[in-house]
Amino acid sequence: MSDDHVYMTLAEGHEDDSRWAFGTGFEDPLHGVDTAVPEGVDAAALAADCVALADDALVLAQRLAEWITRAPELEEEVALANIGLDLLGQARLLYSRAGQTDGTGRDEDAYAYFRDPADFRNVRLAELPREDFAFAVTRLLVLSAWRLEHFRRLTAHPDPVLAAVAAKGVKELTYHRQYAAEWVVRLGDGTPESHRRTRTALDRVAPYLGELFTACDVREEVVAVLRQVTEAAGLPMPAYRPLPGSGRDGEHTEHLAPLLAELQSVARAHPEATW
Amino acid sequence: MTAEEHGWPLYEVFVRGKRGLNHVHVGSLHAADDTMALTHARDLYTRRNEGVSIWVVRSEYIAASTRDEKDPFFAPSADKVYRHPTFYDIPGDVPHI
Amino acid sequence: MTTQSAQAPPPERLQEDFDATIAHDQRIEPRDWMPDGYRGTLVRQIAQHAHSEIIGMQPEGEWIGRAPSLRRKAILLAKVQDEAGHGLYLYSAAETLGTDRAELTQRLIEGRQKYSSIFNYPTLTFADVGVIGWLVDGAAICNQVPLCRSSYGPYARAMVRICKEESFHQRQGYELLMTMMRGTDAQREMVQDAVDRWWWPSLMMFGPPDDASPNSARSMAWKIKRHSNDELRRRFVDMTVPQAEKLGVTLPDPELRRNEQSGRYDFGTPDWDELTRVIKGDGPCNAERMRRRRSAHEDGAWVREAATAHAAKQAARARKEAAA
Repeated sequence: MSDDHVYMTLAEGHEDDSRWAFGTGFEDPLHGVDTAVPEGVDAAALAADCVALADDALVLAQRLAEWITRAPELEEEVALANIGLDLLGQARLLYSRAGQTDGTGRDEDAYAYFRDPADFRNVRLAELPREDFAFAVTRLLVLSAWRLEHFRRLTAHPDPVLAAVAAKGVKELTYHRQYAAEWVVRLGDGTPESHRRTRTALDRVAPYLGELFTACDVREEVVAVLRQVTEAAGLPMPAYRPLPGSGRDGEHTEHLAPLLAELQSVARAHPEATW
Repeated sequence: MTAEEHGWPLYEVFVRGKRGLNHVHVGSLHAADDTMALTHARDLYTRRNEGVSIWVVRSEYIAASTRDEKDPFFAPSADKVYRHPTFYDIPGDVPHI
Repeated sequence: MTTQSAQAPPPERLQEDFDATIAHDQRIEPRDWMPDGYRGTLVRQIAQHAHSEIIGMQPEGEWIGRAPSLRRKAILLAKVQDEAGHGLYLYSAAETLGTDRAELTQRLIEGRQKYSSIFNYPTLTFADVGVIGWLVDGAAICNQVPLCRSSYGPYARAMVRICKEESFHQRQGYELLMTMMRGTDAQREMVQDAVDRWWWPSLMMFGPPDDASPNSARSMAWKIKRHSNDELRRRFVDMTVPQAEKLGVTLPDPELRRNEQSGRYDFGTPDWDELTRVIKGDGPCNAERMRRRRSAHEDGAWVREAATAHAAKQAARARKEAAA
């Protein structure tokens, strides 16, 4: 290997430039999928569903990214970033689909950067602040278990694009759920401190479960997962007291606005710019 | 240092990149247990590429030959995979050693 | 070596073997005998390199939350994640020399080991993300590609992986800058401002000039290092000037001009006092970078302990089951 021409030596074996870094390239999951809205599908409703699911993914990815340079071990930095990248990828595809179907022709960034908090439709659990690692993995367990079952159903959606996005997401979410479940078990079983923190996290998450099941009723499957994990972790099943309201109706906690203010700050400071 | 300060144990990672090939040693990582080691290995060394096969093993369980087995001077034939830990502990304040 | 028999070979024999391996351009591998100085130099260099990857996540990581498009956000998150991966590959290489990662982390957060001075400068606008990719990663590539042939096997192998990814990091940075230069006036100003701030620190990444770098010669004799600091710095300038012209930015060095005889570029002298100050800890962000790394490590202690405790309990349960 010659090091006289630094770039020449790096070109070897890298025809596949789209994969220059993980999570940003890979094959197009929509390759060969017809993007016309099939007959009988309500385009406006389809777009609204896509936006809501994209908002969930974007907001949670933003929270996960807050862990970068703050994770408890370097290996976890890599894992959390992987999960954040998967969710960002899902959000981008879903926003794009919304833009194709709601008649506005907007691109993904128009949805992410130029809507106000009241226009976001994510479930509130995704927007709650970062807290500690016990909360991070507990929230991830609940959201990925719920989203996984939701996506499983969507693989049979009459819109072929949404069905294809869901099929890709199922693989990713299966991994997210496993990662989170393993950690909840470790923390629940680990030390008195980790047990206490995980219990607190479960209590913090529980009031937001009802909202998830109103958005997509996969209660039975999700509760079964939670029961299995909490049992292995030696944790009690959280008491189930649903909080009124829903992010799906644009009702949010006080935490969404600052999250979006940060996310949108540069894009809104330069509305004419291209990046 | 205490056990906790030493962190999670070291694992060696072996990956079969595709069918028809052997598992190849790709590096090491730290994990608290085998399950975590596999998860970390998948994240770090395979970028979660599906279809590859991963082996992980605690580094301390690998017996290693010496460089030259014919060499009569190296009597023990099984040793740690690295000349491990802290007997090469270098004080931080010694410049450039 | 703990388990070595009483009749160890004479030190001259070991030294001869080692020298012959280096002379034949073969790799030294973890269990080989090596002089203490070689081992110590490697531990120091690889650890410093690993620390740089990990601390280097911070200046760019600041912008993941604010990246102005979803595509840029994904790219930046992936890039910062790659850096964590690079840090891990390098710590893994360092561990083959018999120092464990926890010890190296401890040395970093106690300030006993250094990381690259470049990461003690702040990232002030999103253009800094592009300029870090172009200049800082570009300089890193110049430094690192020769290390793919470093005499120590695990280090060389880690570098091969790292260099492949770094080249894409550099490309994404340059591509971001090209896009911004085609954008608004405000964007072009941001790019030029970022170039002005990062140019000289990038040149300092190659280390002090050769006549002030006493260990370089020894590292080169051991083939840990393949080229001198000044030579690498020149290569970087030669490579970067045409890229700057194409981009349409001005490099902030009035002495920079093409030398018609050599065909290479002459350039001004970096402020070596500034480099010394930043290395000694008085850069704009040293304290902040260390504080973040230390608190991540300390805040994560209960998580690491919990995982260790769970693993021990699991093992005990398995033993009990086997006994029953």
